[in-house]
Amino acid sequence: MPSDSFITLRNVGFAYGDRPILQDVSLSIPRGKLIAIMGGSGSGKTTLLRLISGQIRAQHGEVLVAGQDVGRMNNAELYQHRRRMGMLFQFGALFTDLSVFDNVAFPLRELTKLPESVIHDLVLLKLAAVGLRGTEKLMPAELSGGMARRIALARAIALDPQLMLYDEPFTGLDPISLGTIALLIKKLNDALGTTSIMVTHDVHKSLDIVDYVYFVANGRIVAEGTPEQVRHADSPWLAQFVAGEPDGPVHFAYPADESLAQAFGLQEKA
Amino acid sequence: MKRSTIDLWVGLFVAIGIAAVTFLSLKVANLTPQSDTNTYTLTAEFDNIGGLKVKAPVKSSGVLVGRVSNIALDTKRYVANVTLVLDSKYQFSRDTSAEILTAGLLGEQYIGLTQGGDMENLKAGDHITITSSAMVLEQLIGKFMTSFADKPATGSNAASASQ
Amino acid sequence: MMEKLLSPFRHLGALTINAIWRLGFASRFLLAILLNSGQSLLRFQLTIREVYFAGVLSLIIIVVSGLFVGMVLGLQGYNTLARFGSSDALGALVALSLLRELGPVLAALLFASRSGSAMTAEIGLMKATEQLEAMSVMAVNPIARVVAPRFWAGVISMPILAAIFNVMGIFGGYLVGVVMIGLDEGTFWSQMQNNVDLHYDVINGLTKSLFFGMAVTLIAVFEGYDAVPTASGVSSATTRTVVTSALVILALDFVLTAFMF
Repeated sequence: MPSDSFITLRNVGFAYGDRPILQDVSLSIPRGKLIAIMGGSGSGKTTLLRLISGQIRAQHGEVLVAGQDVGRMNNAELYQHRRRMGMLFQFGALFTDLSVFDNVAFPLRELTKLPESVIHDLVLLKLAAVGLRGTEKLMPAELSGGMARRIALARAIALDPQLMLYDEPFTGLDPISLGTIALLIKKLNDALGTTSIMVTHDVHKSLDIVDYVYFVANGRIVAEGTPEQVRHADSPWLAQFVAGEPDGPVHFAYPADESLAQAFGLQEKA
Repeated sequence: MKRSTIDLWVGLFVAIGIAAVTFLSLKVANLTPQSDTNTYTLTAEFDNIGGLKVKAPVKSSGVLVGRVSNIALDTKRYVANVTLVLDSKYQFSRDTSAEILTAGLLGEQYIGLTQGGDMENLKAGDHITITSSAMVLEQLIGKFMTSFADKPATGSNAASASQ
Repeated sequence: MMEKLLSPFRHLGALTINAIWRLGFASRFLLAILLNSGQSLLRFQLTIREVYFAGVLSLIIIVVSGLFVGMVLGLQGYNTLARFGSSDALGALVALSLLRELGPVLAALLFASRSGSAMTAEIGLMKATEQLEAMSVMAVNPIARVVAPRFWAGVISMPILAAIFNVMGIFGGYLVGVVMIGLDEGTFWSQMQNNVDLHYDVINGLTKSLFFGMAVTLIAVFEGYDAVPTASGVSSATTRTVVTSALVILALDFVLTAFMF
C-alpha cells in the first residue's frame, strides 16, 4: 500500500438487513489523485461513497480518511471530517428555496464567520470557476440540468475541500454539459490538489480524466488499474463493461427461480 | 422575496396579533388595569347560598361593585362563608346588608348589597352581619305546598308568609 | 381457515405496534428539535422567514373564516336565544364560544391544512431531492437548520392566528347582532364584558392554541422528515399531516378543556 494514501479501506463489509451490499472491499487512494469507482447499477458503488462521507457506517473493517476511521468518529469528529469534504450529488441537490448566490454562499454562511463582503467575493470566485458568474440572482428552478450541476459543484468547493466526492456526476446530461462537467472535475482536481473520488457508470468520459479506476460488481472489487491498463485488459468482465455488451459475464437476465416455460406451466417444475 | 419585505410583513403580523390580544383583554374581557390594586375584601355568612358561584357579581342598586372571590363551608357552625372583593371606589356603612338574589326567574345568582344608615364604613377584612340567604325554588314550593295543605283557604298568602 | 380468522387481529396488532413506534419516534424527534433549537433562536432571521410562510400567508383564510364563523354564530345564536327571550346574551354567547372552543380549534384546523401540509410537503420534497442529505454532508444539521425554525414559527404563529380569528369572529357576531338584527350595541358589549373572564376565557383559550400550534407543527415537520422520499410518499405524508393534526387537535382539545375549565 502506498505510504501517502489519503483514503484506505480495509476489508470493508456492509449489509442492509441481511442483504449484503459490500463484502471484503479493500482499496487505497493516494492524496491528490482523481479516482473513479465504476460498476453497474446496484453494484454497491454509491454505498462505498456513503461510507467515506460518513452517511453510513461499515459493519466490518475500517474506512480510514487521513488516518482516522470514519466508522468510529463521534459527532464532533464527523463534523470536522465533513467540513474538509465536498460532495456533488447525483442531481445537484440545490436548495430550491434559495437563489444561486445563496446556495453557493450556504456553506460559507453556515460554517464560517466570514463577513458578508468576503462571502460575496468568494461566491463570485467559485461561480467564475465553474463559468457561471452572472447567474447569482437566478433560482434553481430556472437553471438547466447542466447548469444546476455546475452550481452544485461551485457550492461543493466553496470551502476548498481536501476531499471531493462525486456521485454519478454525468447522469442525465447532454454531451456538451457532460464534457463541461468532466473538464471542471479534472481542472478543479489539478488546481486545488484535492483528492477526488467519482462514482460513475460512464466509462469513456471517465477514462479520459481519471488517474486510476476500481471496478465494483456484486459488492466486491473485481478489477482495477490505470485507464491505459483498463483499455487493454483481457478480462472478459471489463471487456463487456467497457464495450457495453448486453450479455457476457454479467448476465442479461435476472436469475429467476424457474424458466419461462416453467412459469407459463408448459413444463414440470424441477 | 426580499428579506426586508418578509421582516415588514412579520412585524405587521405580530403587531396585529398584539392588537388582537389587547382587544380581547380590554374590550371583550373588560380588564381594567387598576382592578387588582384598588380593591378590599369583606366576608359574609349565609345559611344557604343556593347556586352562588365564585366570580359571581356583587351589585348595589344594580351597579357592579365587586365579585365573589371565595366560598367555603364553616364546619363549626355549618354556614357558608363567602368572601367578597369590592372596588375601593365604593364604600359601605357597617350595617350594610347582603342578600343573595337571582337575575330573572332562573338566571344566575348574585349578591346584592343594601346600604345602611351607620356613619362608619366597613373596612377591609370586616364582616357583613346582616345577611339573607338564597331563595331555593324547591324549598319555596315545598313551603307553599305545606301551607296550602294546612290552610287551603289562605293559600294565596302562603308564598309571602314563607319569608 | 384459522389463518383467515386470525388475520384481522394480526392486522390490528401491526397497526398498534406501528402507531406506538411512530409515537415514540415523534417524541424523540421533538427532543431532537428542542436540543437543536439554539440556532433558530440565536439566528432569529431563520425563524422570522418561516413565520412569514406559516403565519402571514395564513392571515387571509383565518380572517375570512373567523368573520363567517362569527356571523353564523350571531345568526344561529340569536334565533335560539330569542326563543327564550334572552337575545341580550348574544354578545356573551358569541365571545365565549369563540374564545373557549371555536377560535383555538378552528384556527388550528385551518392552520394544519394551510401551513402544516405546506411544511410537510416542503420538507418531504427537500428529502426526496436529497437537499437534506446534502445539508448534512456539508456538516449542517438539517434538524437545526430546516426543522427547528419551522417548528418555532408554528408555535409563535398559532396563538396570534387564534387571537385574530377570535377578534374577527366577535366582529362578525357584532355585524349580525347589532348592525343587521339591530340589538342594542351597549347591551351586546356589556353582556360580553360581564361574562368573559380574562384568565378563564381569554388566556386559557390562547394557551390551548399554543398547545395546538406545538402539536400541529410537530406532526407537520415529523411527517415531512419521515416521508418516503418519492412523489407518492410525500403526497401521502401531506395527507397524514392533515388527518393526524385534525384528530390530535380535537383529542387534545378535550384533554385541555377537562384540565382548564
